[in-house]
Amino acid sequence: MAKEVKLLGFWASAYVVRVQIALNFKGIEYDYVEEDLKKKSELLLQSNPVYRQVPVLVHAGKPIPESMVILEYIEEAWPEKPLLPQDPYQRAMARFWARFAEEKCLPSGVKYFTTKGEDQLKAKEELVENLKILEGALQGKKFFAGETAGMVDIVAGWLPFWIRRMEGLFGDKVVEEDNLPHLNAWFQDYLSLPFVREKLPPPEKVCADLRGLLASLEPN
Amino acid sequence: MEKQGEVKLIGMWSSPFVLRVKVALNIKGVPYESLEEQLPFSKSQLLLDSNPVHKKVPVLLHDGKPVCESLIIVEYIDEVWASAGLPAILPRDPYERAVARFWASYIDEKLFPAMRGTMAAEDEQRKALLEQVMSGLGLLEDAFGKCWKGGKFFGGETIGFLDIALGSILALMKVFDGAMGVKLLDETKFPKLAAWSEAFCEAEPVKEVMPEHERLAEFAMVIRERMRAAKAAAPPPS
Repeated sequence: MAKEVKLLGFWASAYVVRVQIALNFKGIEYDYVEEDLKKKSELLLQSNPVYRQVPVLVHAGKPIPESMVILEYIEEAWPEKPLLPQDPYQRAMARFWARFAEEKCLPSGVKYFTTKGEDQLKAKEELVENLKILEGALQGKKFFAGETAGMVDIVAGWLPFWIRRMEGLFGDKVVEEDNLPHLNAWFQDYLSLPFVREKLPPPEKVCADLRGLLASLEPN
Repeated sequence: MEKQGEVKLIGMWSSPFVLRVKVALNIKGVPYESLEEQLPFSKSQLLLDSNPVHKKVPVLLHDGKPVCESLIIVEYIDEVWASAGLPAILPRDPYERAVARFWASYIDEKLFPAMRGTMAAEDEQRKALLEQVMSGLGLLEDAFGKCWKGGKFFGGETIGFLDIALGSILALMKVFDGAMGVKLLDETKFPKLAAWSEAFCEAEPVKEVMPEHERLAEFAMVIRERMRAAKAAAPPPS
């Protein structure tokens, strides 16, 4: 029997993975629909006419695109096991850091991935700078949300998995004990959470996918 | 009456992002002290201390505690001043909240940057950006129709989250109209948005805090020159 919640996704997308992680955290059952991004389904195009992208959450037939919007929706539609704190000020702080991770760290990660030589060195510097700021938000806690993971952990959660893949690909080190000790520890702690581990794509497959992306960026 | 604490807003008269916060505070009837920054010429120590990460306005100081990022501040205001008698800014229903957040994020990530980009752009690039703006307005015109539950606003009878997100850039839109010789919110192309924009500008929480057109137009020229100068001085992409 079809479930009330459907997730349109793509296995290699960090945006999709984090929605899966949030749904898993909340114990929400859903049907997962793998999209062929070269041949997008009617459902996807109708559900997200503005961006035509995954992820899209469809709940009782109503589509919600954009992973950050989806995460807030999941939080509000299924309020048990909250991802955000109760206190409005703490919520504002969580939203601030989630946005920082999304609007600063993610683009600098992309820049690091898509550049070479001098440009990549500069991009790495910028990425590490942004990660140092993000690390500040941990404030000696195990997770951004405290003893257990929350919204910021899930939003920034692409970092532990994808940065390590990129490091492997480039034979480089971006986040280590030496330069980002707390974030480095958080990388391990986040990836060891069962509700996270269960939703991560196979690392070798992701490496192959990233290699393919790099190849496609090469000028003809 | 509930204790609301001391509220200060670090802002700047022309900023649409600061305007969002002013409107939200006005909707809730929260008195606040306005601390005016002299942007883009200087930043106060208070601003640098209150928003060390971005060093930008607006910053809300509630009993000295800073809240940054305009839409985050608006959500904060909605959550703190939430008692029965006060109008809600975000709708109650999670799906409607998602729709409002989706369009607000579209405005900040696509529509507004395209609009702002037309200021420093020339010819072909400017034309392309203008097309993007028009297509974005088309999407919002459509969205208004779909969201509509009666009333003059996206939020219904009273100003809501999406009204604030979009309405805050109306003053700048009028400046662009003047500078580019177009009328962005043309009532023949976007009748719903045109009617909505009039209602928004006339609304009580907005009227007194909307930047004045001539002053904004003059200031926009100053900013445009700075943007063009920065572009000319920037090293070419490697």
